[in-house]
Amino acid sequence: MNTAHDVASQVRSGEVSAASLLEQSFAAIAARDHELNAFLYLDHDGARATAKAVDEKVAAGQDPGPLAGVPVGIKDNLAMRGVPTTCGSKILDGWKPPYTATVVERLLAAGAVPVGKTNLDEFAMGSSTENSAFGPSRNPYDVTKVPGGSSGGSAVAVAAGFVPVALGSDTGGSIRQPAAFCGLVGYKPSYGHVSRYGLVAFSSSLDQVGPFTTTVADAALVTQVIGGHDPADSTSMPDGYDDLLAACGRGVQGLKVGLCSDLLDGADAEIVERVRQAAAVLEAAGAEIIDIAIPELRLGLSAYYLIAPAEASSNLARYDGVRFGLRVEREDVAAMNVATRTAGFGAEVKRRIMLGTYALSAGYYDAYYGQAQKTRRLITNALDAAYEKVDVLLGATTPTTAFGFGDKVADPMSMYLSDLFTIPTNLAGHGAMSVPFGAASDGMPIGVQILSPGRRDDRLFQVGAVVEAGVAK
Amino acid sequence: MSDPNPLTKEEVVHVAGLARLELSEEEVTTFTAQLGSILSHAADISSLSLEGLTPMAHPFDLENILREDVVAPSLDRDELLAGAPSVEAGRFKVGRILGEAP
Repeated sequence: MNTAHDVASQVRSGEVSAASLLEQSFAAIAARDHELNAFLYLDHDGARATAKAVDEKVAAGQDPGPLAGVPVGIKDNLAMRGVPTTCGSKILDGWKPPYTATVVERLLAAGAVPVGKTNLDEFAMGSSTENSAFGPSRNPYDVTKVPGGSSGGSAVAVAAGFVPVALGSDTGGSIRQPAAFCGLVGYKPSYGHVSRYGLVAFSSSLDQVGPFTTTVADAALVTQVIGGHDPADSTSMPDGYDDLLAACGRGVQGLKVGLCSDLLDGADAEIVERVRQAAAVLEAAGAEIIDIAIPELRLGLSAYYLIAPAEASSNLARYDGVRFGLRVEREDVAAMNVATRTAGFGAEVKRRIMLGTYALSAGYYDAYYGQAQKTRRLITNALDAAYEKVDVLLGATTPTTAFGFGDKVADPMSMYLSDLFTIPTNLAGHGAMSVPFGAASDGMPIGVQILSPGRRDDRLFQVGAVVEAGVAK
Repeated sequence: MSDPNPLTKEEVVHVAGLARLELSEEEVTTFTAQLGSILSHAADISSLSLEGLTPMAHPFDLENILREDVVAPSLDRDELLAGAPSVEAGRFKVGRILGEAP
């Protein structure tokens, strides 16, 4: 599949029609998605109408937008009016939102063509898509392996060539980890950079929407479209942000890159080796590589697995069988609530709701939730101190490459450990990017991770573009 | 885990009740072990001395942002109600609320 840049320029010039590109996309999905399960729903009619409108604009000589005719996959926790939105959960099976997420509205306004909704771990809780109520997605590099998660369907949709772009959401690594597992660029913007309006809430102080693409420049292009202040999201940052596309061409001359041992120790040797090669690429391009340790990052996992479940237990209280989704009838309301939630939620969601409820409950609040919030501050302070010495951090995205189905299902803690290197970014509210950098000896892709200070996401694109160019050689 | 489980089965049942979930006997056993293992891992932060650090609830210190009080279109009531499991006369319909507690 071509890049979003290529597709949009071909459609804008009239060389190719948005309608024909969309049909190619549907054909590719029809040929292989029965095996990969990237999509939960295809919006055939809506997408065809959108593509037709783009082609009419081109024919009329109007500007069809920077993403004209680009087919896009939308993670199924982002609302599209009238289109089923399940969050990978039985509790929302059949629900059609009465409104559209701001990020989808902005894609549409830019001429992009949302083709359908992609698979995910239930309510974005998981690292493999094995928690989806509608079956897991499969890694196109090896269908016996997971694609990562929670935005696994979006990763598969791009990696399999179904679409050049897909949106995901990243609460603890849910864009970067599947991007690494599927050989893609995955970008988690700084918190508040992209609107959460219409993103079904999991952990509101951590959730952020971002793109999966095949190139760093495409990630910049998509983020320019979906990013920026949204009055409908009170946590969206009011100020503007840097030109990310321009940053892709800025180079890294004189940039200080912190090669972070706490984002490497514990990773597979082949992954560590790739990160060191990426550092060498940056050094050759004029960056200064500085070894740095930030041991506080190690505490991120524990803080995250108290904070995120605590917020989730509160956010998911809304699934009570009253206003939307599933209801299991009982004589009185309280019994109906219990029966509905018990039938509608899967095991991982129940686990996190209970963990969060426990961490917030009387007698345990200070010891668990309060302590986790202070640890979150500790980690953020440690990152701030590191960024006084370096401009960006470099490390692994994941400790391992894609693992097999069932490998980590029985032991939730082992599954959580696959988010070890991605979590600190979310706690601090900073931006980070996974850039594909070769493969392991078993052929599975490896991602290197770049981290930047909050609101300095331009540096991710600066560094990411150089790393990307280095792997091609 | 060699440490004793920080969580009892009774606590798991209690927490499930607070979260309006019902667990089978088997689930109680599984969840007690799994949640205990996660909480044991969290011991690395519960033992930290974090005096003087302000708890962090949010990445940025944003003040509440209030919009101008101007009338804007709302979502359509009928479209909203169309997604509800049960509706009557323009309202969400539920079963009995008062009465003996479960």
